[in-house]
Amino acid sequence: MANKFMTWIDDRFPATKLWNEHIAEYYAPKNFNFWYFFGSLALLVLVNQLLTGIWLTMFYKPSAAEAFASVEYIMRDVEWGWLIRYMHSTGASAFFIVVYMHMFRALLYGSYQKPRELIWIFGCLIFLALMAEAFMGYVLPWGNMSYWGAQVIISLFGAIPVVGEGITTWIKGDFIIADATLNRFFALHVVAIPFALVGLVIAHIMALHHVGSNNPDGVEIKAKKDEKGIPLDGIPFHPYYTVKDIFGTAVFLILFAAVIFFAPTFGGYFIEPPNFTPADPLATPEHIAPVWYYTPYYAILRAVTVDFIISAKLWGVILFASSVLILFFLPWLDRSPVRSIRYKGWIFKGMLTAFVVAFLLLGYLGTQPPGGWRTLASQIGTFVYFAFFLGMPFYSKLDKTKPVPERVTE
Amino acid sequence: MSEQGVDVGKRRFLTGATAVAGGVGAAFVAVPFIKSWQPSARARAAGAPVEVNVSELAPGAKLSVTWRGKPVVIIHRTDEMIASLSEISDNLRDPDSSNPQQPSYCQNPERAIKPKYLVMLSLCTHLGCIPDYNASPEAQPLLKAPGFFCACHGSAYDIAGRVYKGVPAPLNMPIPPYRYVADDIILVGEDPTGNGGGTA
Repeated sequence: MANKFMTWIDDRFPATKLWNEHIAEYYAPKNFNFWYFFGSLALLVLVNQLLTGIWLTMFYKPSAAEAFASVEYIMRDVEWGWLIRYMHSTGASAFFIVVYMHMFRALLYGSYQKPRELIWIFGCLIFLALMAEAFMGYVLPWGNMSYWGAQVIISLFGAIPVVGEGITTWIKGDFIIADATLNRFFALHVVAIPFALVGLVIAHIMALHHVGSNNPDGVEIKAKKDEKGIPLDGIPFHPYYTVKDIFGTAVFLILFAAVIFFAPTFGGYFIEPPNFTPADPLATPEHIAPVWYYTPYYAILRAVTVDFIISAKLWGVILFASSVLILFFLPWLDRSPVRSIRYKGWIFKGMLTAFVVAFLLLGYLGTQPPGGWRTLASQIGTFVYFAFFLGMPFYSKLDKTKPVPERVTE
Repeated sequence: MSEQGVDVGKRRFLTGATAVAGGVGAAFVAVPFIKSWQPSARARAAGAPVEVNVSELAPGAKLSVTWRGKPVVIIHRTDEMIASLSEISDNLRDPDSSNPQQPSYCQNPERAIKPKYLVMLSLCTHLGCIPDYNASPEAQPLLKAPGFFCACHGSAYDIAGRVYKGVPAPLNMPIPPYRYVADDIILVGEDPTGNGGGTA
């Protein structure tokens, strides 16, 4: 009976074919470790954001006059509204934690290397879309940090010579950040960017399943197959990795719930204190810092303090943009003959360590007011950040690599 | 279609022509979508000039109004403040106000029509925060004389809104177009010639 039904469906829609291709007969390397939890977790957080986001739009009012009050209404009067809102706001930070870990995994094991360049590029586009999505989402509650954060970020475009001022007015739809700005950010946050995000995620997974997953050894498992054409080191995604990911999901949800219930603002890092007062165009918060996930890039933005040919401000904007865009070129910057850090030499290990330290340092500095040693530290951090990428074509060739085994080691 | 095969050149031409015609059409259709993001007629109307009476403003005191939703400060500068402007020129990035951050009729040492009253958009040229007014410079180590200090990223300005060297802000703070309607009444948003200014 069930068989007949599935045959009826399969004659009309490739349900079984899709299931097999992407789940039951998708052979993933058998040596996935801790770092391989974050892809499926990113998908989980995406679903959380979509679901809670749809529910929030049922109560939220995208107008400058009503937005702040409608968020308070969700928090106080809507049944379970506080939970849905905190799931969404905590989900935003969780998204970045998971995505940063996911990207770090790619750095560790060279998952961006040939033939996985497009997976990496789709991933970078997802990261860009995510940054835009989170920025606009942070504006919607129309708190004072929403307002001034938007002011700071939009005025970045003003640094572009000649057309900059016109572009900022065009983005704002007014001479200041106003109702028009909030309204369009709502449309972009709720409709346009989520569409793009979901599309990119599908492209990311399709590209992954086309070439197959990398692994901690960086060994191409498709090179060694049995007589049925199944990779010797491959195991079907379902049930092996579905079970593994369910375990990861459970651990993640415990931590996620703990934050939602016990520290939803995370000490001012997930939701900053000034955002609990309404937007006020005449009162700047004493210290404007972005939410934590932007702070490494924010520290790069303000690292330049001297005018050199062009203004320090324009340098800051150029470095800020480059620091994100340089990620796209990673597959072609890495000239190493091996993928995984396990078989790379001490130069790469040293550079990656320096990069991680610089990234965390920049992240810390971006939360702090500038000046004194902090300015110097952010300049050094910026230098290391770029040195990791721009030096890679040279040091990845010089580096002494170890021989890669033919089969995965675990 | 002819039995002798297809005329590839003709087909390529038609494909190209269709693509170009479609592309031109798409470009035209994009215009309303892009233009709709410009400030609406209502937003533009809200940018009307603002009249301010400064007769009650004590020396050294500050008055804030908004014009086009932007914060305008008016400061009644004391004689000492005006004197300080020439003393600290060496510390400034653009002491002569050579960047067009003010209407031409305010490109003078005081950056004002009447030296006594500073009329300025109080927006830090770094990233648009509102700097604090410091009548006495002691509170801020960066300030050598009365002026403005932006707590966001540590930019300092003198009492004419001229930016100090070695701070993140690149430019002097903008002076909006304004004129005196009477001795003590300032109209912010309109040049002395009566035009709504385009500056800032």
